[in-house]
Amino acid sequence: MLSFDGLVAVCVLYVAGLFGVAFWAEKRAGEGRARWLNSPLIYTLSLSIYTTAWTFYGAVGNAARSGLEFMTIYLGPTLVFVGWFWLLRKMVRIGRAQRITSVADMISSRYGKSGGLAALVTLLAVVGTTPYIALQLQSLTLAFGVFARPGALGAPDAGSTAIWVAGGLALFTIVFGTRSLDANERHPGLVSAIAAEAVVKLFAFLAVGAFVVWGVADGPADILARIETSPVAAWDAGGARWLGLTVLAAAAIVCLPRMFQVLVVENRDERHLATASWAFPLYLFCMCIFVVPIAVVGLAELPTDANPDLFVLTLPLHANQSGLALLAFLGGFSAATSMVIVAALAVSTMVSNHIIVPIWLAATRGERPITGDMARVALVARRLSIIGIVGLGYLYYDLSGGAEALSAIGLIAFLGVSQVLPALIGGIFWRGATRAGAAVGIGLGFGIWAWLLFLPNAAAGLLGTIPEGPGWLNPATPLGLTGTDPLLTAMVLSLGINTFAFVAVSLLSFPSPLERLMGAQFVHVYDHSPTPSAWRGSTGTANDLLVMAGRILGSERATALFEAAARDQGRQDGLPEPTPAMLELLERELAGSVGAATAHAMVGQITGGASVSVRDLIAVADETAQMMEYSSRLQAQSQELSQTAARLREANNKLREMSVQKDAFLSSVSHELRTPMTSIRAFSEILMQGEAMPGAERARFSRIIHDESLRLTRLLDDLLDLSVLESGQVTLNESTVQLVDVIDRAVHATSASAANRRLVVRRDRAAEEIELFTDADRLTQVFVNLISNAQKYCDAEVPTLEIIVRRRPGRIELEFSDNGTGIAPDQESLIFEKFARIASGMDATGAGLGLAISREIMARIGGALSYVPGQSGATFRIRLPARALRAA
Amino acid sequence: MSDADPRPRRGRSTFLERKTYRRARLEDAARLLPVLGLFLLLSPTAIRSTGGGSGLWLIYFMGVWLLLIVAAAVLSRALARTSQDQGQGGA
Repeated sequence: MLSFDGLVAVCVLYVAGLFGVAFWAEKRAGEGRARWLNSPLIYTLSLSIYTTAWTFYGAVGNAARSGLEFMTIYLGPTLVFVGWFWLLRKMVRIGRAQRITSVADMISSRYGKSGGLAALVTLLAVVGTTPYIALQLQSLTLAFGVFARPGALGAPDAGSTAIWVAGGLALFTIVFGTRSLDANERHPGLVSAIAAEAVVKLFAFLAVGAFVVWGVADGPADILARIETSPVAAWDAGGARWLGLTVLAAAAIVCLPRMFQVLVVENRDERHLATASWAFPLYLFCMCIFVVPIAVVGLAELPTDANPDLFVLTLPLHANQSGLALLAFLGGFSAATSMVIVAALAVSTMVSNHIIVPIWLAATRGERPITGDMARVALVARRLSIIGIVGLGYLYYDLSGGAEALSAIGLIAFLGVSQVLPALIGGIFWRGATRAGAAVGIGLGFGIWAWLLFLPNAAAGLLGTIPEGPGWLNPATPLGLTGTDPLLTAMVLSLGINTFAFVAVSLLSFPSPLERLMGAQFVHVYDHSPTPSAWRGSTGTANDLLVMAGRILGSERATALFEAAARDQGRQDGLPEPTPAMLELLERELAGSVGAATAHAMVGQITGGASVSVRDLIAVADETAQMMEYSSRLQAQSQELSQTAARLREANNKLREMSVQKDAFLSSVSHELRTPMTSIRAFSEILMQGEAMPGAERARFSRIIHDESLRLTRLLDDLLDLSVLESGQVTLNESTVQLVDVIDRAVHATSASAANRRLVVRRDRAAEEIELFTDADRLTQVFVNLISNAQKYCDAEVPTLEIIVRRRPGRIELEFSDNGTGIAPDQESLIFEKFARIASGMDATGAGLGLAISREIMARIGGALSYVPGQSGATFRIRLPARALRAA
Repeated sequence: MSDADPRPRRGRSTFLERKTYRRARLEDAARLLPVLGLFLLLSPTAIRSTGGGSGLWLIYFMGVWLLLIVAAAVLSRALARTSQDQGQGGA
């Protein structure tokens, strides 16, 4: 008989071997030489964590008590796997496409990356998993007890056994489960160890079974004969319970956090699922095939007070096969450890991603997530969660004192996690499922389950009494129903109301855009639709994103990711544009590490939360923007066109007016030339014919001829002057002069020639004391022209011209304004044209070249002459340049 | 001569059609298998005579179980093969 110490030593050796396998696998995987890891066999074996210590030992006990009913626990999963084409294939595809890290992550992703929903599912998972871990510890402690019972060292301290086991499991999970942050990177060491354990427990169970069938009994025929006479034959489970348990087990294998972990998260290749669809049922079949024989033989051979749950151990011991018993013990041990390890990993991922990290993010809101070391926080959170969950399991076990109630917790936990099922299936197959529906359904189902099953069971275990609720709330008789089977009653009520509420609220509520988008992505996952844009990047955040991604993924992976994204965008170097596609990719990568909701929040915090959820919305917005841009461009173009047309029309009008002006001028020049020529000819003819003309008369005629020829000369001078000025051949005779002198000269020159029309010139001589460096003669010519224009055209009764001189920074401005009616607006554009003479009732003697010449002169000496519209009279402004001020 | 051209095309298209058709029926079978399983596993609860020997029922359930496993294996392998063929055909 093996001593307790020996047993402990074997366990320690076994665990050391497990660590060895895990380390070796990690090393091989690190070197890239673990191709065997990528095989469907490993995947199938890792799924075997479904068979826990509870089923390893408990199946026989269950068979001994209720006959074939134990099979339902295996038949349900068999049906789910055989029907993988319906559900599992889609779940795995979605899990891979959306980088799902847990069942809570899947639900939260489907329903608009809802953090609240994820936390609810996480809570459910923790509540459902904790007693289950306690159950494993209890199984182990019971098994230890079997060995210690006859030993000389006395009964082992059950408490210390459990605490050592719990501690060891937590350590193993931390070492191999939280080595890297990315849950999607998978855990080669952990999976290898689980696979090894799967082989151990299958081998152990088959060995015990074979021993029982061929060692204790006389082969299969004998076993069949024994079954007929055994109490096991009294199989009277009702059809409802058979159906109910099958459905429950089928639901559980999809919803259990640990099953989701190995089934979806650790899946490396979708084709593995096709193999597992028959290989996993085969594994279950092998685990089952000897259950009834062991139960039958155990009931017959062992004393009636023997615990049927421990037949697997006690039968070999009874036959003095301690080696076989040790193997059976190790089988149970491996079943328990693998379950606790994967469950702790799965639930801790949820707790960390959906409870701790969001709280941490909220607490550090305002700071950017990159300022804190996200990876460290997430890893520490995950490790603490593992310790917390295993610790809770131990605490539950310790408080319940290993009571009988614990054994019932297995199915109760199944029902608890199955509350996720309606939302999960609905989310995958029904686009109309909404977050509100899922939340209400899961919440109600969770509440009913907790009230009817979990709390009474926990109370029975922890307090020793089952509390009675008031009236119809009494857990024993809910709604006044006195069902014979509390599990089935609770199942119908919780799952029924859950499903009903889920569907009803989904039908009545309206999903958010993100939910609708994710719904479409989940339901139509096979369509390979390109990921819709969920983000609109703001420029300048790529660097922040890189830093953040580096913190979480590791700088090497983050850099590689960003470089690949930049290459995809056609950039040879530098950071990629934070395009929606790039942000989507990054968010998914991050989601593999910290969960979808958290990754969404983190990316949102950096990009300023500009979450645009529906691709259609963006497409519509894009279209609208394009159309708006197009129409505004059209508008601009048409505006431009109409402006050009207006300018052309203006130019055309001007041309036409100028043409008219030219015609008019030509006729006026002809007239101007002909008038003096006519008088010159006439008077010279008189002088030629009339010899007897008095001297005074002759002198008068000669003066007229002289004056007329002077007028002709002046006209020709003007024309010549203008052409010289325009051709730029003029030479300026610049000198230093006083502005006041120039104006004096101009005023004197004009007052002499226009005696009949006295023009009052008002000046401010003090202001005119400015020294200029310019061509004084030309400037005088301009002033003379302006003053004589005022003399000619000012129609006031007392014509007055005001000359104002202003000094401006870098220039001088002179204004010549008279008190007449000014120039009509339609004439303003013409006054500076050559040959222009505005229509005026006044007698106009000029040829219309004065202003054109003046403007040319001003341009030559670097200044400008312009007409100031909108004044009371005609106002001209002369600007003298800084050059003229050089001496001042 | 003029009839010779369309014939191979028609033949090829029939061949492809048949392949796609086979694939679709395989998927149907894969989807219907759990229904068959559910029927086979649940119906005994309705017709089982009370007090009957559970030894035979045990053999029945184990047999159904094995049948399902074998059927699933055959189907999943056939599905994997056709999807590979399709992949090669498309590439």
